[in-house]
Amino acid sequence: MLPADDLAALWLTLKLAATVTLLLLLIGTPLAWWLARSRSWWKRPAQAVVALPLILPPTVLGFYLLIAFGPQGPLGKVTEAIGIGLLPFTYEGLIVASMIYSLPFVVQPLCNAFESLGERPLEVAATLRAGPLDRFLTVVVPLARPGFLTGAVLGFAHTVGEFGVVLMIGGNIPGETRLVSMRIYDHVEAFDYAAAHGLAGVLLIFSFLVLLVLYVFNPRLRTFG
Amino acid sequence: MSADGIRLRMAARRADFSLEVDLDLPGRGITALFGPSGAGKTTCLRALAGLERHAGAYVAVNGEVWQDEARGHFQPVHQRALGYVFQEASLFPHRSVRGNLDYGFRRAGRPASVDREAIVALLGIGGLLGRYPETLSGGERQRVAIARALLTAPKLLLLDEPLAALDASRKAEILPYLERLHARLEIPAIYVSHTTEEVLRLADHLVLIDAGQVQAQGPLARLLERPDLPGQLGRDPCVVFGAQVLGHDEGDHLSELRFGDDGRLWVTRSSATAGDVLRLRIQARDLSLVRQRPAQSSILNLLQGRVAGCAPFQPGQCLVGLDVHGLRLLAQITDRSWRQLGLEVGMPVWVQVKAVAVLD
Repeated sequence: MLPADDLAALWLTLKLAATVTLLLLLIGTPLAWWLARSRSWWKRPAQAVVALPLILPPTVLGFYLLIAFGPQGPLGKVTEAIGIGLLPFTYEGLIVASMIYSLPFVVQPLCNAFESLGERPLEVAATLRAGPLDRFLTVVVPLARPGFLTGAVLGFAHTVGEFGVVLMIGGNIPGETRLVSMRIYDHVEAFDYAAAHGLAGVLLIFSFLVLLVLYVFNPRLRTFG
Repeated sequence: MSADGIRLRMAARRADFSLEVDLDLPGRGITALFGPSGAGKTTCLRALAGLERHAGAYVAVNGEVWQDEARGHFQPVHQRALGYVFQEASLFPHRSVRGNLDYGFRRAGRPASVDREAIVALLGIGGLLGRYPETLSGGERQRVAIARALLTAPKLLLLDEPLAALDASRKAEILPYLERLHARLEIPAIYVSHTTEEVLRLADHLVLIDAGQVQAQGPLARLLERPDLPGQLGRDPCVVFGAQVLGHDEGDHLSELRFGDDGRLWVTRSSATAGDVLRLRIQARDLSLVRQRPAQSSILNLLQGRVAGCAPFQPGQCLVGLDVHGLRLLAQITDRSWRQLGLEVGMPVWVQVKAVAVLD
C-alpha cells in the first residue's frame, strides 16, 4: 500500500483534475461554440490564444502566470483587490493555472465536434419549434457527445500529468499543492525509486483504465487526430 | 394584404446571384416552385420559413404576418407554425423514428387537431417506429420526415425537393404517399422541384422561377403548356400506385383490381387473394388517349379521365397529366396527336392502358 503522503498527493491530484475538467466543460462549451460558429475577425486571434498552451513549454506558461498573479502582477492586484488574496502556491491558484494549461485540450475537440455538426440539425430543430437553448441541449449536446467525452478525457489526463506549471506556481505544500507528479519527482530526487515506482505505477494503471473504459463504451471515439 | 393565401415579398443579392420575388400564392393545395437548379427556389422557401432573413422581406400566411421588416417584425423560425421537409435526410440520428416524431409533436404542445395514428398510417411508417434513422431507406426517411413535420399541426407545409436525393425506384416508392397526402391535406403546401414529372403529378398551382425572377405563375395546367419551360424529366416517366384485388376470372386468366376513387383495371391473373393490395406501375408510353369511347378495341383497360396539364417532353413529344378516378396518370403522346385530337386542359378523354406492371 502507498504511504499516507503519497495517498494524499494522489487524492489531491484527482480532486484537482476533476474540478478543472468540470469547470473547463462549463467554460469551454460556450467558448468552443463561439469559435466554431463565429465569423468575427476576433475568432482567429482567439483560436491562437486558446491553442498557445499546446506549444508553449509549461514552465514558460507557469512563469508568466507566477508573474501575472504575483503581488506586483496585474492579475495579482485584481485578486487582492477583490479579497481573494494571492493565488500562487495555493490550491485555487493551481485550479486557475491548470485550467489555462488544459484549455485547448477541452476546447479543440468540442470545436471540431460543433463544426462537424453543421447548420442543418439546428435548422431542422427550429422548424420543429425548438428555441435556441432547447436546440442546444436536445440536438447539439447529444450529437457532439464524442467531442465532450474526448475533451473531458484529454482535459483530465493533461491536468493529472502536468508538472512544469505546478512546479512554477504550485510549489510543494502537502495537502495544498503537492500533486502526484511533484511527489514522484521528490522520490526520484531522494533516490527512493521504490516509492516512485508505487506512485508512477498507480498513475499508469489509472490512465490506462480510463482510456480503456472510454474506448470500450465509444468504439468510434478518436482521441487523437 | 389578402387575408387568405401566402404572401412572400423579398429581394436578395449575392455576388453571383440576385433574386427578387413578389409571390401571392393560394391558401390551399400544393403550389410547386419550379425551375432549374440555382434559380432561387430554395432561397424563397428558406425565406418563408425564416431560416434566412433578408432586408425588406414580408411574409404572411393566411392572414398571419410572420415577417414585416418594414415594421421591424421578425418571428423566428421556431415561432412560425410551419412544417419543413429538407432535401436530404434530416432525421435526428440519435432518436428513434418515434423519438423523431415526438420531437416536434411535443414542442407544438401535442396539438389536439392532429390525428397521430392517421398521419402515421397515411405515410405507412407504423412498422418503423422503433427503428433508428440509419437503418431506414432513403424513401422511408423522407416519409418519416414528412410525418414529423405534419405532427406539429403546421399552417403551411414546405417541401424542398424531398425526392431529389432518392434514386428512381425510391422516388416511385414515395410519390404515391405524396399523392395520398395531397388528397387529404387541408393546409397549403409549397413544393420546390426541378422535375416536370413530380410537378405534373402533385401540383395544383405553379410558379416558374428562373435566374431569381418569377417567369410566370398560375394554375398548373396553363403554365405547363408553355414550350419554353425549363425543366428536367426522368427517362421513363411512370406512375406507381396501389390497387386492391377484387377477384379473379379463372377462365380468362385475369384479375380485377380497384384503384383510387373506384377505378377498375384488369391485369394478368395474380396469385394474390381478393382484398390484397398490389402495387402497380404504368409507364407514360403505355397510355394512349382517345376523344370518343372506342366501340371496339383489343385494349382491355379503358378509363375515363380529364386532361390536367401538359408539358413538352422529348422533341415532338409531350407528357399529359390526366386525372383518372382521383389519381393522376401520365401519358406520353406526340405533339401531333395532341394537336389532331384538339386536346385542351380540362377536356374529358378516354385513356387506354396498354400495359400494367404488378410490382409485388
